Amino acid sequence: MSYFLRKIGFYAVALWAALTLNFAIPRMLPGNPVDILLAKLQQRGGTVTPETREAYALLLGGDDSLPLWRQYFDYLGNLVQGDLGVSVSYYPAPVSEVIGQSLPWTVILVGLATILAAVLGVALGAFVGWKPGTWLDSLIPATTLLAAVPYFWLALLLTYLLARVLGWFPLQGGYDVVLTPGWNWEFIASAITYGFLPALTIVLASIGGWLLGMRNMMVSTLSEDYILTAEAKGLSPRKILRSYASRNAVLPSVAGFAISLGFVVSGSVITEQVFSYPGIGGRLLGAVSNNDYALMQGLFLFITLAVLGANLVVDLLYGLIDPRTRARS
Amino acid sequence: MTNLKPTSEPSVADSAELLAETSTETGRRPRAGWRMLLPTMTPWLAIGLGLIIAITLFGLIGPYFVGDPRAIRDMGLTGPSAEFWLGTTQTGQDVLAQLAYATRGSLQIGVIVGLLATALSAFFGIYGAYRGRIVDEAFSLFTNVFLVIPGLPLVIVISGFVPAESRGLWTIAIVLAITSWAGSARVLRAQTLSVRNRDYVAASQVSGERPWRVIVVEILPNLLPVIASQFVFAVIAAILGEAGLSFIGLGASNSSTLGTMLFYAQNGFALSLGAWWWFIPPGLIIALFGTGLSLVNFSIDEIINPKLKNLRLHRKRARRAARLERELAQATRRNGGVPTQTAKESAR
Repeated sequence: MSYFLRKIGFYAVALWAALTLNFAIPRMLPGNPVDILLAKLQQRGGTVTPETREAYALLLGGDDSLPLWRQYFDYLGNLVQGDLGVSVSYYPAPVSEVIGQSLPWTVILVGLATILAAVLGVALGAFVGWKPGTWLDSLIPATTLLAAVPYFWLALLLTYLLARVLGWFPLQGGYDVVLTPGWNWEFIASAITYGFLPALTIVLASIGGWLLGMRNMMVSTLSEDYILTAEAKGLSPRKILRSYASRNAVLPSVAGFAISLGFVVSGSVITEQVFSYPGIGGRLLGAVSNNDYALMQGLFLFITLAVLGANLVVDLLYGLIDPRTRARS
Repeated sequence: MTNLKPTSEPSVADSAELLAETSTETGRRPRAGWRMLLPTMTPWLAIGLGLIIAITLFGLIGPYFVGDPRAIRDMGLTGPSAEFWLGTTQTGQDVLAQLAYATRGSLQIGVIVGLLATALSAFFGIYGAYRGRIVDEAFSLFTNVFLVIPGLPLVIVISGFVPAESRGLWTIAIVLAITSWAGSARVLRAQTLSVRNRDYVAASQVSGERPWRVIVVEILPNLLPVIASQFVFAVIAAILGEAGLSFIGLGASNSSTLGTMLFYAQNGFALSLGAWWWFIPPGLIIALFGTGLSLVNFSIDEIINPKLKNLRLHRKRARRAARLERELAQATRRNGGVPTQTAKESAR
């Protein structure tokens, strides 16, 4: 049990660190975000009352009337209530609403693509590592080319080939703009067509890492004694591959999910920009170029929250599938 | 930005015995001293080194041979020709000239960030693990927290707050280094923990060596291959990260890197105008350079984790055995079922 408690404790600390970073960054860096933000707000026809100013100052700093620790606790209090301020670029929509609109796009796209890449990569890696020394195995170093390709460049390349030259997929966007978003078949079909290229980009760019990791673990696992024992018992190779080798070799891949997910999310932020996808990444970059600091911070918090949450789930699952981690603690 | 990660969980501690074992199997003497730290030449390593050297030379020397990358001509967006090998941009700038300067910029930031990130990870990984107990606990918690916070969004937020005019090369380098050291620190910590408990380290501690001397003289040399491989990863990650940052227009101002080239290509509608010569070369250089570095890392991995090397030697032996078997079978057939003396001899 203490394994689970420790994991939850760790992610609580990580969450606190992220919140604190979010609080500290605008205060430590040069520039005066509150003034820029309020000027933008006035341009958009918003009224700047002392209360608005105070609310933004709490989020971004620049208010010296309160001691820092009071600001910090007020900031945390606001976050607990889900108050992330008002977005300037989507005025007068509050930040939480803008995030709510774009969140499903990214969660579905990145989530599905990541799971697909992980499953495919691990399966292929297990297969390749099972027979080291074959021609397939000697091609493995070539997959590093895939892993070293920048996500957004792969996106550009795929768009050029599949969308512009061949015309199979739309160039950019998240759905056909003539349709209204909703849970009808027509809209979902268009979302799938539009999401195919971004998803393909993420899968292609991230599959190499999974494949390589799994293949290397497979090779080390094959030299373990229990594999020899299983062979000596006369078990069929398929059974050894599935129940003995793969199950043990996959553990580090599961444990490494944390690092991989961070990279995938980072990569997809920029990929979304290439496709003008209506997800979190596109919004984040839009917020940056519009100096919409409140939205920027809100999005960063949400991305961090999502990554931490996914990692927590994976870590807890890992405790279940590998009893050794529980025993050690 | 990339999902390259250390491919094996190495254990330096076991490498000496394994290497000795390998060499007795192959019947050769173990390679002595510093030569153990050098990778064996394989075709993949040769390709990797070739790519790295070629691209580095292009970045170092190339700018002296090409024209002014900023010069504007009234021949916008023309394809590759004899005069402009990689065509021109929208405003008639020479893509090849831009590519040479951009490669230099990207390599520069890659090396700076690589060094900074490796130094950070060495400090947090090695020093923490060496001190142990509370320091180790604190450092490793700190490392793990940095590991799970997604790097690029953090970099974007930081760069977003820094005004464009004060966003210089070093600002970007430091931001990238701060967000990318955690993974290697964890690897180095694991390695240090296994080296720290060796007898000779204890001996030097007992004989009154100061901590920094124990770390630098006794522990660090054992970690060199690991540090080298982490440095290589850090350089790839930095080049990719910087390219991503510049691509969305948040890179260092007035710098020219492969990322900024792609930024201008994207904003100049290179994609919808079909100007492939504008956006393919920069990405290709990044990809090839990254590939070269990872291929080198494969070879470094073999030093860290001799199991992988054994695998390669085993493969070689298996291939040789198969060839000899074939020869033997042929010889047998030729002589009507009686293996000749020479065939037997060569099979041995």
